[in-house]
Amino acid sequence: MLSVETFVAVSLIKTVIALAVLLTAVAYTVWLERKVVGHIQNRWGPTRVGPFGLLQPLADGVKFMFKEDLIPPHVYKPLFIAAPMLAVVFALTSIAVIPVGNTISIGGIQTSLQIADVNIGLLIVLGVTSLGVYGVALAGWSSNSKYSLLGGLRASAQMVSYEIALGLSLVGVLILSGSFSLREIVDAQSGTYLGFIPRWNIFPQFIAFFIYLMAAYAETNRIPFDLPEAETELVAGYHTEYSAMKFAMFFMAEYANMITVACLASLLFLGGWHGPLFGPPLLQALLPVFWFALRIFGFLFVYIWVRGTLPRFRYDQLMAFGWKFLLPLAIANLVVTALVVAVRA
Amino acid sequence: MLHLILFLGFGAVCVAGAVNLLMQRHPINSALSLVVVMGSLAAEYLLLGAEFVAAVQVIVYAGAVMVLFVFVIMLLNAGEEEETKGSRVAVIFGIPGTLVGSLLIAWVLLEHSGTRSVAVGALPGPPKTIGWLLFHDYLLPFEVTSVLVLIAIMGAVVLAAPPESPRREN
Repeated sequence: MLSVETFVAVSLIKTVIALAVLLTAVAYTVWLERKVVGHIQNRWGPTRVGPFGLLQPLADGVKFMFKEDLIPPHVYKPLFIAAPMLAVVFALTSIAVIPVGNTISIGGIQTSLQIADVNIGLLIVLGVTSLGVYGVALAGWSSNSKYSLLGGLRASAQMVSYEIALGLSLVGVLILSGSFSLREIVDAQSGTYLGFIPRWNIFPQFIAFFIYLMAAYAETNRIPFDLPEAETELVAGYHTEYSAMKFAMFFMAEYANMITVACLASLLFLGGWHGPLFGPPLLQALLPVFWFALRIFGFLFVYIWVRGTLPRFRYDQLMAFGWKFLLPLAIANLVVTALVVAVRA
Repeated sequence: MLHLILFLGFGAVCVAGAVNLLMQRHPINSALSLVVVMGSLAAEYLLLGAEFVAAVQVIVYAGAVMVLFVFVIMLLNAGEEEETKGSRVAVIFGIPGTLVGSLLIAWVLLEHSGTRSVAVGALPGPPKTIGWLLFHDYLLPFEVTSVLVLIAIMGAVVLAAPPESPRREN
């Protein structure tokens, strides 16, 4: 057991590192998206600032900070100001329970690569992301503009609808691993089937993975489900009236949510940080983090690829797809998984 | 010690949120105060050791039920309430009456119903225990409740369905 002082110090250090890495990752996901979508559309994407446009996120950040912060006259001010903060706070909070690797020991202090190792980690992520709706909904309402209101309404209806399919798709994984702890779920995926297929949950639960993927796109308001900010109909949806840093907060929240979704997908379906380990002890301690980051990168790449490929759904199609296809499929998958596990036991 | 301070702190936030819920005149502010109440209740459960109940409280109440409340308020674009002067009887008798009533309930619960006070962090609340209780010891009540919810869902569907198109006259 650690003493209270060391525990607080270690936790603080881990929090600072995790937040710094997460925010950098958010900035460079934006860069990656612009670059990849650019190449898909036969353009270059950002090239001017730094090599390969690598300093573009920095330039964007500076621009956001020094732009004039406009507040339109007829908004409901307290909520108009609070909404972007809520969005970004809830988007960044869930990183606290996400493990990124095994336990390491530095200078005699054993610590896991995770801010808080709680035994209901998955539920906490789900709870925090379900609160993220408030940022979007309140932004749409408090802006006092028809486009914002429609965007906010669409977003809250869509997020509440797809949350059900998302949650049910995860229950299959929970039945297989028998725990809510993200670390135990990852540990349950070590080893191989038949000696060569890794024991990842995506193989027995490929239907659940498909549902998770679809629901995750809808939850993060991304193409093909980006109806809340469909620019051809709603200008920019719920953040139409926002400018400067307040707009940047919504932007950060969206990308942080994408990263959270990618982390969950890697942990629950893709075997977390499992991968070949070799080399000296230091390398062995850091390789799992690398494998984990690689999976997140792959997942984000697919996200961006889909954005560059697919058109947007109509709103009634989105609702019908969620309620009449994904939800029954998720329930069927859950029943079959439960039966198989019960028969085997 | 830290637990106790946090427990009292969240309790104060909870009561403040509930009072604010009544004081606010705009429905959306009231709904958001209720979210604060739900959130701090979840924190209280967590401090008592019932982590599963705390998580479900956040997911179900703060994350789903209250989002629907806010959604409906946004959809109807409900305005501010009109303020009435309020009756003097309510002030003179209402507030002392409420105080006496709640004190009475607290006293009865503490003294006569055989309830024990729970030490901070001592409530058995891991998901396994709760699952066992729900699907083993209390299976029948659980299933009856689920049928009740099913009836409510069917009622909502019937109410929300568009009226049948009138039959054509021959």
